[in-house]
Amino acid sequence: MTAAQPLPDPTTAAEEPAAATPEAPQREALYFALRNPKLIVGLSIVLLFLLVGLVVPPLLEHGPNERYAPPLLPPSGEHWFGTTQFGQDLFTQFAYGIRATFLVGLLGGGIAAVIGMTIGFVAGYKGGWVDEVLNMLTNVVLVLPTLAVLFIIAAYVDSYSVTTQSFFIGMTSWPWAARAVRSQALSLSSRDFVDLARLSGVRTWKIIVRDIAPNMSSYLFMTFILLFGGAVLAAAGLDFVGLGPSDGMSLGLIMHQAVKWGALQLGVWWWFVPPGLGITAIVGAMYIMNVGLDEVFNPKLREM
Amino acid sequence: MRKYFGRKIFVYLLTFFAAVTINWMIPRLMPGDPIKSRLARASLTDATAAEALYEYFNNMFGLDQPLWQQYLNFWWSLLQGDLGISIWNFPTPVTDLIMGAVPYSLGLLLPSIILSWFVGNWFGAYAARSKWLDNTILPLGYVLTATPYMWLALLLAWSLGIVAGLFPAAGSYGLSLQPAFTWTFISSLLSHWFLPFLSLFLVALGGWAIGMRNMIIYELESEYSNYLQALGAPRRLVRRYAFRNAMLPQITGLAVQLGTVVAGALLTEIVFSYQGLGYLILQAIQNQDFFLLQGTFLFIVIGVLIANFIIDVVYVLVDPRVRVQMQGGAK
Repeated sequence: MTAAQPLPDPTTAAEEPAAATPEAPQREALYFALRNPKLIVGLSIVLLFLLVGLVVPPLLEHGPNERYAPPLLPPSGEHWFGTTQFGQDLFTQFAYGIRATFLVGLLGGGIAAVIGMTIGFVAGYKGGWVDEVLNMLTNVVLVLPTLAVLFIIAAYVDSYSVTTQSFFIGMTSWPWAARAVRSQALSLSSRDFVDLARLSGVRTWKIIVRDIAPNMSSYLFMTFILLFGGAVLAAAGLDFVGLGPSDGMSLGLIMHQAVKWGALQLGVWWWFVPPGLGITAIVGAMYIMNVGLDEVFNPKLREM
Repeated sequence: MRKYFGRKIFVYLLTFFAAVTINWMIPRLMPGDPIKSRLARASLTDATAAEALYEYFNNMFGLDQPLWQQYLNFWWSLLQGDLGISIWNFPTPVTDLIMGAVPYSLGLLLPSIILSWFVGNWFGAYAARSKWLDNTILPLGYVLTATPYMWLALLLAWSLGIVAGLFPAAGSYGLSLQPAFTWTFISSLLSHWFLPFLSLFLVALGGWAIGMRNMIIYELESEYSNYLQALGAPRRLVRRYAFRNAMLPQITGLAVQLGTVVAGALLTEIVFSYQGLGYLILQAIQNQDFFLLQGTFLFIVIGVLIANFIIDVVYVLVDPRVRVQMQGGAK
């Protein structure tokens, strides 16, 4: 979930800022990207699911909660993923769920990335007491068990949307990203070109945006991917205990309903296997894509 | 050394303070009369229970008092170990319910965390050694970390529990049994414990293996490894040094991961109807039992803080640099 697999140190990749013409590194990255099986496999799986989430729901004639089919049909040509106890089509639910999964990942991961990066950059660049205070805040939120906090918040909100859920998740899952970004920004902020910018009187946020962030853009992107995965898993956990958004369908909610209506005891495996498989495939593919990206951006890892 | 622990303890106290404040604030931030809406949603059939609860809520929240007074009252009852009375299991105090559930949760968490950490690190260290292992363990590890806890739990409960019938798929001991020190009870307890344990163990395993693999590769590229190799030291020896250095970040990682693993345990317990804290949380949510929910939350926070502190102590014991400092040796 919020798990921070330690990303290999990217400062090695950012060692020579603007060493050559601006296009050269990009073309080089593309060259290696197209030859990296991990990146290609991961990206293909993610894009496939994204396509399902974007294209399929408008094509379906029934809504995800519509009860129109015979109950508990196993997967067949007509109902690809079978039906629930109430005659809802599970493929329809799955397609809508994939859509919600990407939404939560993008929004929740995005919010967490913005907060984590802002705090990380400011703490790493400013140093001193600002760093102390932000570090303390980061450590406090880091130690709090995220999902338990989300349980409490979600339990008191009567009904809420996917957007609100993403907001809650984003607000609680940023600390490890802030830590990671902070240590990178710290090492970059003592470089000559940053000193030069500072001496010429450029404002802090401008230095961060123009001089520091671009030099670790690949690292930031990979951080976002991990946050995306974490947000998806957190949302699935919330939905599974029945504290999910009150509107719409999600993969966690399908599993919640499966357990609630005894799919396990009835042996209705098609009710709970596909939604979990969908989450695992999306998040796992993103993680593997991340390893590939790392190899593309970090020349030291390429020879492997 | 005192500074190191002083800092850590300060952060933990601050976290506890923040958790209690969140707990106090959230019901007050919600629109409407929190007491009435909670009571209306709690399915109470017993009129005396409802009355007692309304009184209790009123006293607990003390909404007629000024806010700072309410806040102090909240702390006061908390420090006396009073977390309120459960609505779901009226009139048992929340503290008693939690105390009954904690052994089950700990029994799942401790073995699965410790075993997955050791086994994962071991696999990871070997994966960094061979290309074949690397190409199998790495993707498998990523898939395992991407697996939602409850899904793996569902798969195991269904495949090994219901289809194969090897282990019971629900409950924490046989329905006909009473907790006692007899063989039948203990064997029933163990067979019910195995599947939730396995599920937690497997999900956590992948992350450790990946982390260790990355750390070992990093360590093997460092100067001291090159130097040792240049001296002609056997590969085994270089590996051992790399492993010992790579272990330190993994211990820190354990502290960072704790919240996630605890959350995973809650979800796993729900799938298996295992009567730990996760099961209490589910009951609290389904019965709108907010005292139980908040009490369990606070208890989990305290548990995670204590575990963090233990990991800090272990870190000091394991890291020779800190140890030397502590004995007043080299700086």
